[in-house]
Amino acid sequence: MWRFIGLRTLQAIPVIFIVISVTFFLVRAAPGGPFDDEKAVSPQVRAALEAQYRLDLPMHEQYLTYLSDLLQGDLGPSFNYPGRSVNELIFQGLPITAELGFYALLVAVGIGVLAGVIASLRPNTAQDYVPMSLAMVGICMPSFLLGPMLVLIFGIWLDWLPVSGWGNSQGDKILPSITLGAMYAAYIARLSRSGMLEVMSQDYLRTARAKGLPERVVVVKHALRAGLLPVVSYLGPAFAGLLSGSFVVETIFQIPGLGRFYVQAAFNRDYTMILGTTTFLATLIVVFNLLSDFVAAWLNPRLRYQFSNKQ
Amino acid sequence: MTEVNAPVPRLTEAMPKGVSLWQDAWVRLRKNKLAMAGLGILLLVIVLCILAPWIMPYGYEEQDLALGATPPSSAHWLGTDTFGRDMLTRVVYGGRVSLAVGIIATAVALLVGVTYGACAGYLGGRVDAVMMRLVDIFYALPFMIFIILLMVVFGRNLLLLFLAIGAVEWLTMARIVRGQVQSVRQQEYVEAAISLGLSPATIIFKHVIPNVLGPIIVYATLTIPQVMLLEAFLSFLGLGIQPPMSSWGLLISYGVETMEEYPWLLIYPGLALALTLFALNFFGDGLRDALDPKASKD
Amino acid sequence: MALLTVDNLTVYFHTRNGVVPAVDGVSFEVNNGETLAIIGESGSGKSVACYSLLGLIPRPPGRIEAGTALFEGKDLLQLSEARLRRVRGKGISIIFQDPMTSLNPFLKIGDQLIEPLRLHFDMERREAWSKATAILEEVGIPNAARRMNAWPFEFSGGMRQRVMIAMALITEPEIIIADEPTTALDVTVQAQILKLIKELQVRRNIGVVFISHDLSVVADIADNIAVMQNGVFVEQGSRDQIFKSATHPYTQKLLAAVPDSEKQPSVPGARTPMVEIEKLKVWFGDSRRGEEVRAVDDVSLTIKQGEILGLVGESGSGKSTLGRAILRLVNPVAGTIAFEGRAIEGLNARELKPLRRHMQMIFQDPYASLNPRMTVYDTLAEPLLLHKIVNRKGLDVEVFALMDSVGLARDAVLRYPHEFSGGQRQRIAIGRAIATKPRFIVADEPVSALDVTIQAQILNLLLELVDRFDLTMLFVSHDLAVVRYLSDRIVVMKEGQLVESGSAHDIFTNPQQPYTRALLKAIPGKSLLSGNLSFE
Repeated sequence: MWRFIGLRTLQAIPVIFIVISVTFFLVRAAPGGPFDDEKAVSPQVRAALEAQYRLDLPMHEQYLTYLSDLLQGDLGPSFNYPGRSVNELIFQGLPITAELGFYALLVAVGIGVLAGVIASLRPNTAQDYVPMSLAMVGICMPSFLLGPMLVLIFGIWLDWLPVSGWGNSQGDKILPSITLGAMYAAYIARLSRSGMLEVMSQDYLRTARAKGLPERVVVVKHALRAGLLPVVSYLGPAFAGLLSGSFVVETIFQIPGLGRFYVQAAFNRDYTMILGTTTFLATLIVVFNLLSDFVAAWLNPRLRYQFSNKQ
Repeated sequence: MTEVNAPVPRLTEAMPKGVSLWQDAWVRLRKNKLAMAGLGILLLVIVLCILAPWIMPYGYEEQDLALGATPPSSAHWLGTDTFGRDMLTRVVYGGRVSLAVGIIATAVALLVGVTYGACAGYLGGRVDAVMMRLVDIFYALPFMIFIILLMVVFGRNLLLLFLAIGAVEWLTMARIVRGQVQSVRQQEYVEAAISLGLSPATIIFKHVIPNVLGPIIVYATLTIPQVMLLEAFLSFLGLGIQPPMSSWGLLISYGVETMEEYPWLLIYPGLALALTLFALNFFGDGLRDALDPKASKD
Repeated sequence: MALLTVDNLTVYFHTRNGVVPAVDGVSFEVNNGETLAIIGESGSGKSVACYSLLGLIPRPPGRIEAGTALFEGKDLLQLSEARLRRVRGKGISIIFQDPMTSLNPFLKIGDQLIEPLRLHFDMERREAWSKATAILEEVGIPNAARRMNAWPFEFSGGMRQRVMIAMALITEPEIIIADEPTTALDVTVQAQILKLIKELQVRRNIGVVFISHDLSVVADIADNIAVMQNGVFVEQGSRDQIFKSATHPYTQKLLAAVPDSEKQPSVPGARTPMVEIEKLKVWFGDSRRGEEVRAVDDVSLTIKQGEILGLVGESGSGKSTLGRAILRLVNPVAGTIAFEGRAIEGLNARELKPLRRHMQMIFQDPYASLNPRMTVYDTLAEPLLLHKIVNRKGLDVEVFALMDSVGLARDAVLRYPHEFSGGQRQRIAIGRAIATKPRFIVADEPVSALDVTIQAQILNLLLELVDRFDLTMLFVSHDLAVVRYLSDRIVVMKEGQLVESGSAHDIFTNPQQPYTRALLKAIPGKSLLSGNLSFE
């Protein structure tokens, strides 16, 4: 098993490296620098700023210095928030985004798996059609549509829930979490339904029933394991999606998280901020994908055995 | 290359015709009410969008500043926006762009993905291993973030948008096609074709592709809504389609800004997007169930 | 007193296309210490009949229309689901057909074994575990204690079936239903499992219902036999009654379908070798990492013109690979293959093409060997046009001639493969193989996937075609009785190597090698085979 983990981790490193490099050069290649939009600055001030942020060095030197800083965990100073470093800003926004992501994931997995499994138990009946139709709605209503609609209905017309902020007023975490998680709940519902349906027709379930096991046990003890495997594999991409979805949700609900910083940094051409956040987020995604692969492999006894017994 | 499916010769004309798998699938599809409804809606939307310049009562850019934003009325079925522009026209024109992006980008992904996947699947061995390893590496890259970056950096370029979206979608297409090609290639009728002495080109076109077509069509149909969502997402963030053009995503972002006072500016574009996505997904699901009876629920 | 008395069991399936009478008024008895064999081809309803006793059929479409099944004083067909569950796995257990898919791959063997004990007897885990270990030993699994912690995929097919048997026995049931338990196993393994079931039955005085499609399999173990066709028992009686004095035409047809005669040797004469293989090696996998699979390992043999050579072996013996290698569908890593005197192992595709029309193959799986998108016409016309056997004008005539040769009705010419049965599809495949008027045909287990009565038809068709078109054939099979029926000479393969070869008669009456002897000993129902056979 360790060999498998080691191999995959090793494979992930060049990916992260590519991410960092590509981002670096892309950003630098963009027309317009970080200070273009500022009120007119005198050339000397501009030169001083550029020197302070090391923009006057040749490209490859900037790259190498950046990399070495990176290895030490320093993501550099922000361009647009003078006096504050990227690290600071990331870690300010991170907990909020993490909490949002966590609740959204809870919504997605909790509702998704429940709906999918229930639907799969009685295919082609109301028990199946209702959850799956709702799931279809979730897939067809992206977060930037669902969010505003929910805000309109629950926040403005019915006035039940607050429409912005995070942690400021009672219940203001509900709408954003649902908005972000809904689409993934829908995907997970469909995945778990099809996974379960495939398992339910397997021979070994017939064996389990022939032993006299009640249907409840057959489903939970014998079928779930195999049926939910596709969901576990999906968690990696879902994480990536949740992260990018947070950009939109945080914008709509005015949540001061990492996503909103990122969007602003992109607009303001805040080099180090873009670079730092992209690197950070991308690395996070790669790591999470890796973890999800590991869990999926671990759950499959054949792989587990193979990788621990390889000479 | 010999053409065997020529017009049926005389002696066999009197013989009862068999029911091909495509015909079988079409019958099954017709029975699926939801899928047919989806198809109907799709056709309606497409026709509307194509005929828009001729049938829309108002011009796309026609402003009436004195009017301002008004709720739906008999003159303006979907109301007007803050510049007095007719919403029905704007929604339909927005649909033209959204659908165009959806179809074209999917076509790009299809072209690249099918070629890549078919080669890898058919050639197998070392070539296949290398090609798929490349796909794996690309897969691990967080594309969403890159696309955002790309659009921010080079932005405002429709071609780039197509390429960026296509670049994300071709990977999954390649994987699926490769899987299908591999499994067909291992079928015994392909071995039989080889033992008959057919050339690889004939085998690919006559034996492999017809049997791989089904899943590819299904997946392509299901990719279009994915692409449309992606474009809408980017446009919403201001990174996709730029004015003076507009797409549903852009319209929705305008609608969100004023949703409290003029909710119809949000609701109608949103409904249009959601409905079209619905139709595409239901139709795609129906296609999948029709073409692969094993995958269907009963 | 019988353990189980079934009377007038009737099960219909109410599908969208109409009502299917799967089981139509079936009655039988099961006594302890006795084996009742239910014989039927696919679709006869034999499995449905037994599963419905325990309520294991899908019951929206399925419905038990009538009948009683008395077991331990209660009518099983009237029991509630909760009560029925108490009989399943405790009073009556089932052993299923495919050991590869019948065990949960995500649970350890031990966990699956103890389930019935904990469920039905509320046993403590530790006690259940040791009972399970003991029974695992009883069914012949070595190192039982350690194996309890193993995963299913660590076991071979035969071992898995033993585990299934253990799982069925662990609650000491009165009756065991064995649903084709050996169909998916190799011949030698099958013999072991049959013996095991018989031993366990005697030792524990259980009643066994043995479902099978193959009369020869049950010839040695059945006490009573019921023959089923289209949902009814057409004949029922003791083993001797059925085998010696069957009255119903269907039973007689089944009995006749067992290939029990030896082929009459054809007139010997100087015959030229058509295919000569010298030290052939076909290896797969990565030799550098020692992961290679030696599918064919140093095999030399000759096939003479006009003869049928039977190639016998169990799974993994390399027999299919050898057939494919001759046709250059896989490539050898070493050795030579000569076809009509010409070396073909090194030829490229272009050079091979003109030769291909002379050597063709008939594949095992009639469902996979035809392109589902091509009509019969297309499939038969393809080789005709490719090798220019006829031009466009003569196509129709030739296609119809081919269909006549293989016994297909002409009006089927425009239909698609999925509209035919397995036997008919195999006829189409045979038609395709002989279309180019080849001189040599490799038949790779062409009847293994077919029902017994259809098997006989196809075998006879092959014999007829070989005779009529003066073909040479390599007939690959795992079924010794079938091989004996068809072949002039026989070679035996094991794990990639040639073990023995000789005339059919010699192999069967005087086998030299221990493996050959083991194979012969394992033939089920050998008492049915006529002729002077020696097995010791």
